[in-house]
Amino acid sequence: MNQLGDRKFFIIGIFILIGLIYISRLFYIQVIDDTYKLDARNQAFRYKTEYPIRGYIYDRNGKLLVYNEAAYDLMVLPKDVKDLDTNDFCELLGITKEQFLKKMKKAVQAPNSPRRESIFEKQLSPREYASLQERLYRFKGFWVQSRTLRKYPKKIAAHMLGYIGEADKNITEKNPYYKDGDYLGISGIEKTYEKVLRGKKGMRIMMVDVHNREKGSYMNGIYDTMAISGKPLTTTIDADLQEYGEKLMQNKIGSLVAIDPQTGEILAIITSPTYDPNLLVGRARNKNFATLLKDTVGNPLFNRSTMASYPPGSTFKLVMALIGLNEGVLTASTRYPCARGYPPLGGRPKCHPHASPMDLHGAIGTSCNSYFSYVFKSVIDDKKYNNTYKAYQNWRDIAMSFCLGVKTGSDLANELRGNVPSIKYYDKVFGKGSWKASTVISLGIGQAEMGITPLQNANLVSIIANKGYYYTPHIVKAIGGNANDTLLDRFKVKHYTKITDTAIYNDVIRGMAKAVEGGTAAGLKIEGIPYCAKTGTAQNPHGKDHSVFVCFAPIEKPRIAVGILIENAGFGSTWAGPIARLMMEKYLTGKITRPDLEKRMLEGDLIHKGKVVEEKKTH
Amino acid sequence: MIYVVLVIMGWMNIYAAVYNEEHYIITDISQKYGKQMIWIGTAFLLALIILIIDESFYTAFAYFIFGFFILANIAVPFLGREVKGSRSWFRFGDFGIQPAEFMKFAANLALAKFLSNQSIKISDYRNTIISLIIIGVPLLLIKVLQDETGLAIVFVAFIITLYREGLSINYLLLGFLAVILFVMALLVNNMYLFAIIGSLSVVAVLFIKRTPKNLFIVALVGLVACGMVKGTSTVYEHMEPHQKVRIDVLLGRGTVDLKKEGYNVNQAKIAIGSGGFAGKGYLQGTQTKYDFVPEQDTDFIFCTVGEEWGFLGSSLVIILQLVLIIRIVFMSERQRSPFSRIYGYGVASVLFFHLTINVGMTIGLAPVIGIPLPFFSYGGSSLWSFTILLFIFLKLDSHRLQILR
Repeated sequence: MNQLGDRKFFIIGIFILIGLIYISRLFYIQVIDDTYKLDARNQAFRYKTEYPIRGYIYDRNGKLLVYNEAAYDLMVLPKDVKDLDTNDFCELLGITKEQFLKKMKKAVQAPNSPRRESIFEKQLSPREYASLQERLYRFKGFWVQSRTLRKYPKKIAAHMLGYIGEADKNITEKNPYYKDGDYLGISGIEKTYEKVLRGKKGMRIMMVDVHNREKGSYMNGIYDTMAISGKPLTTTIDADLQEYGEKLMQNKIGSLVAIDPQTGEILAIITSPTYDPNLLVGRARNKNFATLLKDTVGNPLFNRSTMASYPPGSTFKLVMALIGLNEGVLTASTRYPCARGYPPLGGRPKCHPHASPMDLHGAIGTSCNSYFSYVFKSVIDDKKYNNTYKAYQNWRDIAMSFCLGVKTGSDLANELRGNVPSIKYYDKVFGKGSWKASTVISLGIGQAEMGITPLQNANLVSIIANKGYYYTPHIVKAIGGNANDTLLDRFKVKHYTKITDTAIYNDVIRGMAKAVEGGTAAGLKIEGIPYCAKTGTAQNPHGKDHSVFVCFAPIEKPRIAVGILIENAGFGSTWAGPIARLMMEKYLTGKITRPDLEKRMLEGDLIHKGKVVEEKKTH
Repeated sequence: MIYVVLVIMGWMNIYAAVYNEEHYIITDISQKYGKQMIWIGTAFLLALIILIIDESFYTAFAYFIFGFFILANIAVPFLGREVKGSRSWFRFGDFGIQPAEFMKFAANLALAKFLSNQSIKISDYRNTIISLIIIGVPLLLIKVLQDETGLAIVFVAFIITLYREGLSINYLLLGFLAVILFVMALLVNNMYLFAIIGSLSVVAVLFIKRTPKNLFIVALVGLVACGMVKGTSTVYEHMEPHQKVRIDVLLGRGTVDLKKEGYNVNQAKIAIGSGGFAGKGYLQGTQTKYDFVPEQDTDFIFCTVGEEWGFLGSSLVIILQLVLIIRIVFMSERQRSPFSRIYGYGVASVLFFHLTINVGMTIGLAPVIGIPLPFFSYGGSSLWSFTILLFIFLKLDSHRLQILR
């Protein structure tokens, strides 16, 4: 018996051994191995995204420019689709059976899958949704998810505002915030202020059972995050001015930018031809986009204000004058001859007929090519540098301090840099040391390789109006009603040019004032508001000269600076001048005292040139 | 001492009951919970009755009880109602009873009665065979007539009792070797196994006295081993698909589809594994509450423990169960009557077997066999069965001194 009694130790030993094995196994799968925890989470939780409301956009006076409208996406989870009455369903949606099968196939194939929900039909209108909603319960596996679409009550400033698009693979891979099909700003301030406008997606964690039925919030929602609505933007745009400008610019190709020089706020930024921003919203977007793309003459999708580089032409003569005065190679009374061109080079660059010789004010007033060629030469051949390269570099540095050839750093998306040719560039073209002032003489009149955007052009006017400094031009005044948002801090910094002597500016400003008093812009006076202007033509190798006009008003404490360019419109005072003048008057007084001018501008059609003007179809 | 055990037991029961209770409030709104309360109440009543009945009743009527339940188990497939394809239930209204559950204590009584006979020595192979019959008949009955593998296989546990009472260690070793062979036969190519058995036999021949008798034994063992290998493979080939799959899942053979065959075990592991060290907290389990784990109230109840109470809770359950089992073993050893001792070992063996298989299958260490976790799983028959099993022993234990008189 005793011997057998010892067997109890063996038996107990086995019991304890098994217990130890089990406990260590438990320790392994519960404490050490994490894969089971992950599996559990994936299985029992369903993460539901809560989409925030995208921020509205207002003009400077609180007028609504962009708001949201509800749209409804019809969603499908193919594995749940059962006993579907296809005919009935197709009829309800107004699609054919072939279309239905195609859409179903798309929903099932990669990157979608039968177990993954996807959009079956995008952006149903509220009416479609209403009729669908009543009967949707009959179609298992389909439901409606509400989304918001942008709406533009005023149909203006399409390029500035930009449009919204869906995140594709490129975007989702770069930025994990976005999931396939999310909306985000693709261009304009929708893009630059995307983070502000979009808000923050929320996440609800729902628990689901084995049949995928929702069982309520996880831990009563303590881990849920609410969607945070996007902040509204207050832009610097004056909606009325913008609208008026777009009307004046219709049927002309070009761009107008108006800036408040005292703040750098962009009052109007017009690209023409433009389009109704509502066209690039919703289901019709792709179709409309293609139509707009087809218009190769007007190229309405091209954002000329910041993306087109034009030779600055006569506008640059103002900078030339400033540099000449600053370097001491020019005084207001310096006179240079003109023989329908620049005499030392046999009349090139050419000039138009006018009295000669003239002093600086006269040269600005008549925009004499010869005069500024002389100035350019005297700057580059300045004895103090004793070296073309040094002098040229100095000239270029000063020019670039006027924000030419560099981005202004505005908050507008996709800004072009423009061009002020570098020494390196000319060395490459002409060979090292084998070029001098006369080789590149047309830089002095803002031609040759030089290029600036209409935005830079307007900013240049602001600098002159401010006598030597500028605020980075910008389009947003306040974020979420807060004008002191740190994102806007950079727009409150004064940038000084390399020419700081206000007396120098006064000389040029006097010249510009003369242009209005009795020069090239004499026909464009505004009653009671003397202003400064400079007309110009930018030579265009591809056709008729571009019509250029820059101006600011009033002369003291200027409130608006305008730069305008109209392609192939000839002399500055025919088209560009009148429009700029009307814009200033509108902004400063709210009235128009020259209805004749207004009428001519509104009716002027430089695109279709006598062809029957087709009624633009808008949706 | 008995009181201590009673306290532990009471505590165990309440623990289990509380567990079920609050678990079911959430899922089934008093349905299963309500029933389980009734079962627990009646279980206590049963325990009381058992303690009141004179202990000599159990010794005297051991064979009678055994016979009664054998008959009941034979009758069930013909008289009982079919539940979920299983023909092992007598139904009374909403409540069902599985006689197979009660076969355990009946067989245990019979086994104790038989082995406690002074003239019986288990080393005598005839007695061994009779013992095996007492175990084997219920096993076969339940397996063949009722097709309840889980309930049937429990009877294997009595081997432990037999071992304690003198069954040669060789039988256990042989059994152990046989299990290894079974597993190997399924995992390794049969030809390799034959080669290994052959070479082992040759080695054996080299080291033993080469008497004809020894050579014969070696040859016989080798041949039997080969036969078992071949037999296992053949049996496996002829098994029903779901049984094959269960074996495959356990052995990790081939590709196991976690959505189908491997689903139960995988879900059980996910539930337990996701509990972490301290668990998700009471009633915070997502895997068990939302039906990811199948049978989470009965056979897979351990998943709930694992998920909501984590490593701490689940190891505590194992430790408590083991403490109880080992306690029973010690109590058995202090019995003066062999009947009580043998019966006690039977109780410990059955409880241990249940614990091993039930917990083992949820953590992927044992095959999935549908048997409940003692005192935890929902189900009246099993609760009653364990209660009867245990309390008869307690009754016997309380009279351990009287036997001498």
